Amino acid sequence: MTQDMNSFPWLTILTAVPLVGALAVLALGGRNKVLVRWTALAFSAISLLITLILWHSFNSAADGFQFQELHPWIPSLNVSYRLGIDGLGLLMLLLTAIVVPIGMLASWQIEERVPLYFALVLTLQTCLVGTFTALNFFHWFIFWELALIPAFFLVRLWGGSGSAKAAMQFLVYTMVGSVAMLLSFLAIFLSTNTFDFSEIATMGQNGTLMPAVVAKLGWHLLTPEHVALVIFFGAFLGFAVKVPLFPFHTWLPSTYAEAPSGTTVLLTGAMSKMGVYGFLRILLPIFSPEMQKVLTLLLWLAVATVVLSAYTAMAQKDLKRIFAYSSINHLGYCLLAIFAVAKFTSGDAVLTTQKFAAMNGVFLQMFNHGLTAATLFWFIAMLEKRTGGARGLDDFGGLRKVIPVFTGLMGIALFSSLGLPGLNGFIGEFLIFKGSFPLVTWATSLSVIGLLITAIFILGVIQRVFSGPLKEKWGQLPDLSLGERLTLVPVIGLMFALGLYPQLILGVVNHTAIQMAIHLRNF
Amino acid sequence: MNAIHYGQLLQLAWPEIILTIAALIALAADLLFLRRSPSHVRFLVAASIASIGCIAAIFKLLPGSSEGALLGGVLLSNPATHLVQIALLVIAILTLFLSVDSAFTDHVGEFVLLILLATTGMMFLVASQDLLVIFISLELLSLSVYILAGFDKRSPRSSEAALKYFLFGGMSAAFMLFGFSLLYGFSNSTNLVQIANAIHGVPLNPLVILAIVTTVIGFGFKIAAAPFHFWAPDVYQGAPTPSAAFIASGSKVASFFIFFQVLVIGFAGAEGSATLHHFQSGWVPVIVAVAVVSMLLGNLVAITQTSLRRLLAYSAVAHAGYMLLAFVAHSEQSLAALLYYVATYALATLGIFGILAVTEKHLGNDKISGLAGLSRRAPFLSACLFIFVLSLAGIPPLSGFFAKFLLFSAVLAVSSGSKLLIGLIIFAIGMSAVSLYYYLRVLKSAFVADPPVDAAKVPAPVLMQLVIGLLAAGVVALGCAPDLILNQILNVIHASGL
Amino acid sequence: MLAWTIYISFLGALVLLLLPSRSAALVRVLALTTTLVTFAITLTAFLQHRSGEMFTVVDYPWISSMGIHFSLKADGISLTLLLLTGVIGVCGVLFSWDVDHRIKEFFAFYLVLIGAVYGVFLSFDLFLLFVFYEIVVIPKYFLIAIWGSTRREYAAMKLVLYSFIGSAMVLVGLIAAYVVAGSHSMSLGDLAGYPYPPHFQMWAFPLVFVGFGILAGLWPFHTWAPTGHVAAPTAASMLLAGVVMKLGAYGCLRVAMTLFPLGLAPWGFHVLGVGSWRDVFAVLAVIGILYGALVALVQKDFKFVIGYSSISHMGFILLGLMTLNQIGLSGAVVQMVSHGILAGLLFAVVGRMVYARTHTRDLPALGPMHLSKLLPFAAFTFVVAGMASMGLPGFSGFAAELMILIGVWHSYPTLILFVGIGLIAGVAYIWRAMQQAFFAGTSAPALEPEHPLPPITFPEKLGAGILICSSVIVGTFPQVFLSVIHPALNSPLFQGLRKGGW
Repeated sequence: MTQDMNSFPWLTILTAVPLVGALAVLALGGRNKVLVRWTALAFSAISLLITLILWHSFNSAADGFQFQELHPWIPSLNVSYRLGIDGLGLLMLLLTAIVVPIGMLASWQIEERVPLYFALVLTLQTCLVGTFTALNFFHWFIFWELALIPAFFLVRLWGGSGSAKAAMQFLVYTMVGSVAMLLSFLAIFLSTNTFDFSEIATMGQNGTLMPAVVAKLGWHLLTPEHVALVIFFGAFLGFAVKVPLFPFHTWLPSTYAEAPSGTTVLLTGAMSKMGVYGFLRILLPIFSPEMQKVLTLLLWLAVATVVLSAYTAMAQKDLKRIFAYSSINHLGYCLLAIFAVAKFTSGDAVLTTQKFAAMNGVFLQMFNHGLTAATLFWFIAMLEKRTGGARGLDDFGGLRKVIPVFTGLMGIALFSSLGLPGLNGFIGEFLIFKGSFPLVTWATSLSVIGLLITAIFILGVIQRVFSGPLKEKWGQLPDLSLGERLTLVPVIGLMFALGLYPQLILGVVNHTAIQMAIHLRNF
Repeated sequence: MNAIHYGQLLQLAWPEIILTIAALIALAADLLFLRRSPSHVRFLVAASIASIGCIAAIFKLLPGSSEGALLGGVLLSNPATHLVQIALLVIAILTLFLSVDSAFTDHVGEFVLLILLATTGMMFLVASQDLLVIFISLELLSLSVYILAGFDKRSPRSSEAALKYFLFGGMSAAFMLFGFSLLYGFSNSTNLVQIANAIHGVPLNPLVILAIVTTVIGFGFKIAAAPFHFWAPDVYQGAPTPSAAFIASGSKVASFFIFFQVLVIGFAGAEGSATLHHFQSGWVPVIVAVAVVSMLLGNLVAITQTSLRRLLAYSAVAHAGYMLLAFVAHSEQSLAALLYYVATYALATLGIFGILAVTEKHLGNDKISGLAGLSRRAPFLSACLFIFVLSLAGIPPLSGFFAKFLLFSAVLAVSSGSKLLIGLIIFAIGMSAVSLYYYLRVLKSAFVADPPVDAAKVPAPVLMQLVIGLLAAGVVALGCAPDLILNQILNVIHASGL
Repeated sequence: MLAWTIYISFLGALVLLLLPSRSAALVRVLALTTTLVTFAITLTAFLQHRSGEMFTVVDYPWISSMGIHFSLKADGISLTLLLLTGVIGVCGVLFSWDVDHRIKEFFAFYLVLIGAVYGVFLSFDLFLLFVFYEIVVIPKYFLIAIWGSTRREYAAMKLVLYSFIGSAMVLVGLIAAYVVAGSHSMSLGDLAGYPYPPHFQMWAFPLVFVGFGILAGLWPFHTWAPTGHVAAPTAASMLLAGVVMKLGAYGCLRVAMTLFPLGLAPWGFHVLGVGSWRDVFAVLAVIGILYGALVALVQKDFKFVIGYSSISHMGFILLGLMTLNQIGLSGAVVQMVSHGILAGLLFAVVGRMVYARTHTRDLPALGPMHLSKLLPFAAFTFVVAGMASMGLPGFSGFAAELMILIGVWHSYPTLILFVGIGLIAGVAYIWRAMQQAFFAGTSAPALEPEHPLPPITFPEKLGAGILICSSVIVGTFPQVFLSVIHPALNSPLFQGLRKGGW
């Protein structure tokens, strides 16, 4: 496929399709709920199709961005409309395209304000696609922020009794982060007169960015180093809240728990990747010198995220909360690897190779976690549908006798989450640990504790939900219907496929991962 | 001393003579032919005769008429005096027509006579630079308006107002006379220019300072500046509406003009300075003090008034304070500003009294709250009220605003950095913001408040509506196009060498 | 052509007053037509003058003895604000479709207000500008005092007195500028070109700036604004917050800062770290941002939330002005437009869509009504307006705040933290109000209002649609405005400001 600027605007179309879908769904009105659901699903299918076309025509050996679109937008602010994807962006698009239909299927049972619900889901998809394709801060930030709004309302309007508080907490946390990030980027714009990620990254890597910022800001109360750190932490906060990184994570469990499960699928499957994506696309290239300066602190945060979230997950009674904390834990691995990659290695060839591994691990982990976590919450949604909302760890027991197919498939997803070799979860975590260990040995070693605890609580879930004595009231639970089985099979199949043949993804993203690692400033 | 040329005197005094004759004709006609006719017919006829006299006098005063000065200032006739005299005559005409509908007296002829006599007094007043003539014409004016104030014999308030006015007026006249006698003793002349020559020099003789103070007291009474304003609220409230209107407008115009002349010409060289660092006794510090007290007291007391007439009285005190700032600047521009200010102020005040004449007849009192819902009971009158009141408050594009603008910029132009004057201006503008509060209360009552349940339309005679409408049009026109008279004023002041 | 915006508005008012017919529909249509025509004129002018440079609309000698001209000129900044006035003017009428108490007078005052606002934005002669600036005061009083709600007479009086005190300060400054220059001209161009002595500018600048600032909601002189906005009828709140407050900001930029640029220069000494009037006003602006947002956060009255939010947003404008760099200044102008649109929209939702139907603005009382279900359109509009108002990207507020913040980074990096807190507080109060008013108590059963709420009417939908679209256009294509604002800021008029280089 061509790499020319302004080739056929695939990415714009991909961004627009869900939005058109949202309007179409709203226009249909609330009378025919079935039609609304199917229309929404159809639009997400179109998106999936386009994404697959892109996947197919993507040149995985080429440098730089593909499918680029570049148009002047606000010349006075030097803002241009610049879209493009590399391996990372493409992977995220694929994940989004897969997770959104899962989210819709998991929300099939929603009966209230159906058109609005699906319109919001589709809007969210537009925002996600926009975030993953924009290469200009101004443009990117629009989608980054707008994504909050449908997410907020999905949680608020269809969530549980505590949703008001949870949604508000979610919003305020992310807004605080976003504002901090915005301010940092405005300072950068002031100094560089550009919002373009690549240009800023180039400046960051050749060491001219921060001197320019310091000179332009004229913040004489602070030393140049402090100014640089202030700017970095501003941007860092925005992403750290979104991922989330300990100690900015407290909004996540309550939000995931209070949201309807279909929404949680989207939140954990796709939205949580926005933060990690930001770390990779924006923070790492631009701020690697600053990250190096505070590397120890960052690593401690990553370790704390991994270990503490796993530990907290173990103490939870609510399935959704368990998986919420488990989500934090899984993304913690990604951050661990990203921070490890940020470490200066003075061009050591061996360590650089390890960085490639770690980078690849991060990519894989992002995709896998998205897939697995989305599937897990989907199962919870199906469980809730059957039990009328029960999802406490102690509400169940011995379900394998009643709903064996359900148990089997969910078990696979759980093992994937645990990181069992042969399933998709394993390879990502493996690469992360393999790559990070030589770079930041102590932190990686400590994080292993997280792996162990995860194994413990996931096994605990399996045992307490599916084995043991069956509770009387669940005796008549229906097993998965044919439709559900048919929809689940491809997803579970994908887990196996990726577990057995990770090259499916690595083949596409490897080049990007290597490029990213190589271009980091290393002295 | 030169001998008097009677021919010249006759020449210069023609307008006053015409006016006096017209007054006598009006009186005679009323007494001889119309005793039995209904009151409004009598008013109409008398007012028409008087107006014809006024108009004839105006024709005598139009540009191109004879000019000159008799005995070095005993009787002046120059473009500036002509202009002021024309303004006075116009005010007299308007007052006469505003009184056509009133029923406060059976002595119509006498009423018209007194108005015209007072006007004659004013015309002499503004046309003189001689203390003696000034005093005499001031007394002619004063005696006429005392009687006018008490003309409603049926109303004890009217009599009380007249008595109060008379007592205060007498006292102030005594003060003034005392001051004049000191000046005469000091300079051996009653001519302002010669007085100025005599007292010129620093430091001032204490006697001169005493003369300054007593003169200011005497004129301060006439222009209702605080603290010599005590008669004003009672007279404004008690006097029959046309009399009050006349006192509030015509008498103000004349007094301000001559007061300015006396101070600026008669006490030239005795200005002194009121700045803290270079304090120098003279008349400027006295005027500054009176101005500040007037603005402060007038505006603050006006806030608490419930009667529209009393409110007007206190607002008149405040306006006197603003106008006194022109004295402090005492330049050509400031005199022009003063004249413009006092003329437009007179128009607006006349207009409000005209509206009061109509509303009081139907509402029975002059309470501000009584105006409730006037906008729906008398849309035209309330629209005019809107214009007059906002003009007094100094809202553009009405003439009151431009007057203030002109006045303040004239004052600042002179000051060129004098902190005192800038401070005074800021104080004055701040006070005019306060004044908006009570002016808006009037409009609030008329426009915002709902009318009483049984309220009927308030009918107004066509003639009244016409006069009030003319006044409102004048206020608007002079505000939108100040050039209409401003250039004229500047020219005549320049031409008269004031 | 542009001058006709003023004439037509005043003429429209006059025609309405003299209209013999009692038909309310006719009055409304007439008012709408008048505003539409003026809007069309502003739009045409905006599209015609893409260079953004100053051009003369009308220039007659007016008061020859004072050298005053009836001089109307427009450049990119005024064109932008004229267009805003046009939009808000039309929408204000649409949201006043339900007024039937003394309707003729209502729309007459309304049109006078609009005409005077046009006048201020067009005036190039400072006397003329001041005349229009003062004319604005009076209709405001009556609109609030007659058609308002909550403590309307008190609020109207307070508002008018504050405005009048502000204009008194401006008047002193203008007269002083006129007299000191001694050039016998009140033209802004002439006076701005006159090199006033620095010590004069040092007192004249704060005087005039505060004078205009009062109308722009400058803390601590802002207290008229919330009470005034709350008491005003919907259309008046829209105009007040939407364009009248902009008059103040416009005056600050156009008059105070161009006439007395040296007033912004350092004093040469520092008091508590503040070393110039510029610092003083920047700090006041930031206090305004924070204070407005935090006070909005604890209001129980829905309209007060919006009222205080205006203070906060106007703080951004004033802060943008104090950055004194091109991006900050143009951000301030875009914020004027943005806040004009959004404040209008928010007041429309609260005043017209909600309050006129539910007869309460008490947030706890609105919650149980489940307004998001009863009035979904109102909920939608409020959500969009709220998002735009809190600075969500893609809407006008973001584009404006973005530029202001860049300017602030340049000039006042230390203040940026507080501005950031202000932004977050902005998010918080909007969402708190939204939750409480529209989405509260989904778990509790819906309380049926005593009488069924009438549905949202077509004029309301139209007005809301226009304003939302405007906000999105400004937010996504700020270039449309920036391309005319920048040449204006680079014109000779702002030379003194640019030369300062502080």
